[in-house]
Amino acid sequence: MFDQLSERLQGTMSDLRSRGKLSEDDVDKAMREIRLALLEADVNFKVTKKFVAGVREKAIGAGVLDSLDPGQMVVKVVNEQLTELMGGSGRDLAFASKGPTVILMAGLQGSGKTTATAKLAKHLKGESKSVAVAACDTQRPAAVEQLQRLGQQAGVTVYQQGTERDPVDIAEWALGQAKLAGTDALIIDTAGRLHVDQDLMDQLVEIKKRTKPHNVLLAVDAMTGQDAVNVAEQFAAATEFDGVLMTKLDGDARGGAALSVKAVTGKPILYASTGEKLDELERFHPDRMAQRILGMGDVLSLIEKAEKEIDVSDAEDLERKLRRNEFTLDDFLKQLKQVRKMGPLTSVLGMMPGMGKAMKELKNANVDDRELDRLEAIILSMTAAERSNPDVIRGSRRRRIAMGSGTNVQAVKQLTKQFDQMRKVMKQVASGKMPSPEALMQGQLSAKRRR
Amino acid sequence: MIELGAAPSDAAPDEGAGADDQVQPRRGVLRRLRESLATSRQALSAELTSSLFETLDSETWERLEEALIMADVGARTTAEVVGRLEAEVESGKVEGADAARARLIELLAELAEVGEGTIDLRKRPALILVVGVNGAGKTTTIGKLAGRLSEMGLSVLLAAGDTYRAAAVEQLTTWAERAGCEIVKAETGQDAGAVIFDAIEKAQSSGVDVVLADTAGRLHTRSDLMEELAKVNRVIHKKLGEGPAETLIVVDATTGQNGLRQAKIFGEAVAVDGVVLTKLDGTAKGGIALAIAGELGIPVKLIGVGEGIDDLRPFDPTEFATALLGE
Repeated sequence: MFDQLSERLQGTMSDLRSRGKLSEDDVDKAMREIRLALLEADVNFKVTKKFVAGVREKAIGAGVLDSLDPGQMVVKVVNEQLTELMGGSGRDLAFASKGPTVILMAGLQGSGKTTATAKLAKHLKGESKSVAVAACDTQRPAAVEQLQRLGQQAGVTVYQQGTERDPVDIAEWALGQAKLAGTDALIIDTAGRLHVDQDLMDQLVEIKKRTKPHNVLLAVDAMTGQDAVNVAEQFAAATEFDGVLMTKLDGDARGGAALSVKAVTGKPILYASTGEKLDELERFHPDRMAQRILGMGDVLSLIEKAEKEIDVSDAEDLERKLRRNEFTLDDFLKQLKQVRKMGPLTSVLGMMPGMGKAMKELKNANVDDRELDRLEAIILSMTAAERSNPDVIRGSRRRRIAMGSGTNVQAVKQLTKQFDQMRKVMKQVASGKMPSPEALMQGQLSAKRRR
Repeated sequence: MIELGAAPSDAAPDEGAGADDQVQPRRGVLRRLRESLATSRQALSAELTSSLFETLDSETWERLEEALIMADVGARTTAEVVGRLEAEVESGKVEGADAARARLIELLAELAEVGEGTIDLRKRPALILVVGVNGAGKTTTIGKLAGRLSEMGLSVLLAAGDTYRAAAVEQLTTWAERAGCEIVKAETGQDAGAVIFDAIEKAQSSGVDVVLADTAGRLHTRSDLMEELAKVNRVIHKKLGEGPAETLIVVDATTGQNGLRQAKIFGEAVAVDGVVLTKLDGTAKGGIALAIAGELGIPVKLIGVGEGIDDLRPFDPTEFATALLGE
């Protein structure tokens, strides 16, 4: 889970911070934690090894030893390296200069190709392109029907010829049809196949030969473990795929597979699929993925998730408040409650920066309700003025609130600190900026500094 | 008593038939399994050769750790197992390469041997509830189970409890046809609970032996969908007077550490009895099953090794442990 990773890193950083200057031993200690964390995030063993070695080089070389802020420095380096590894290509789909742009979908069974095909179709249609899809999975029962339904939902033509014909021929035929119809884009769905199934891999290569796709996309499930590299390598060897589409990112898998695939094949990750609905497809953001893997708080996703659950007027309300910096503790509580609807509180809160240490105490079952009640009690014990401007909460006010809510001064302090931090981050987000990793770590580090 | 358990003769054909097998040895299936496992072995660049245990030094333990982590066993469980073996070797309790290797397999197999290894189908009707995340292989597994149980002479009824995914009912219907059994589908507006309720009712009135209930794939992070699953379970409880005979969570063998999380959260919504570990015909080793067994006490009961109706096998801890080492 995110919390373990951010906890460890933060714990490590605190250690480094409190010692002031870094020795190589300290850096090695930090690297050990990062290695463990990456492995738990499902990053491939060998990729992890290489990555950690690289970061160590950069960390020491970047003058961490001389810096007064070694903790922040290492975090910065790790995050930068990860982000660089994850993306940087800025590549998009390749489009044909004339005739239909052909996109060929490939991947293991159950990776989410068919859903992704329909999503991509809808996405391209939204960019004013005429789109068609081809049902070339003749293997999985009712795969053709599934694509037909989804294609209908997406409002695109579905080319299919049942399951008796060779998928290679169906693909070729579909391309012919698309050309005749003057379609801008044709997305070819194929059967899930094992990278070690020679016959089916040959079939895929044949489909590629006959349809000459401008883009071959490999669908990779975000929860894939160490085997991701084997799959990616084999598919790359056979098809030289152009990009990756990560699926099921709405789960809580850390997604280390993304890093592994990118590191081992060099192919860019182009899209992220974040749900079962047809509009739940977005461009892949390497910086956000890096932060997710590192557990530094996927704040944007959190906010987006929250927005999905809130109705439009509420969302507009929230946006206005953020822009005007009118976000209050009441709003905070409201958001927490909303956000609770979409996932166990622990997993969602784990996405919030600085919550890592707090999460340690919430390890057991059913604490989500209790903690929320606690937070609510604290907030309800505040006056309206205090709720709108938590900065005034000090000394006697804090004591009063603690007594009124049946909690303690520490808990009140922690809530206001975390709220303040979230407000800062949301302010950055609202102004269109990505919160900097340092800002995310601020809460933990500044607490140490005050001592 | 009809059990779907390990058939000794299937697991170790070279050692002769076991005493009590209720499943007939099926050579064709066995050969296919060997072949599918062979595919994985050959395609893999062997991380562990038999020479690994020749010298038992620090490099051995490092390479062993590497192999287990790359099998998705997870850093924590790996450290525990390797640490234990290292201690035993150092204390002289285990001596030599062969003993070390054998002991390792033993330790890994032991980790996997938790809970009840068999699926008890003595109830009438015996309902098996199948759950899991999207794409794990629930529907295919049900198809295979239907085929196997039908072959064993049981009457089987499928409940098309995935009322969400496009063409999910059609998919399961195809399997019903392949297995030669009936299927209960949703009337308009019915939800999963209602379909399964109807299936149980039909099974009760017509004396069907086993009901296999399919459910929609769902991510465990969706608390609303997990609540829906809990609700389905309550419906079953009400109708049967007790819970399902067996609740199986289907886990894709390619899943990394998130598999543990899946089993944990699903286990909080419904009482999961066992895991079906699917897609073991690929190169993934499914090591996460050890963490699921170790930390949650949920055993793997069945494994999926292909898309065909016969590609379902009982779980054998020793075979699994041996495969983990890539031999």
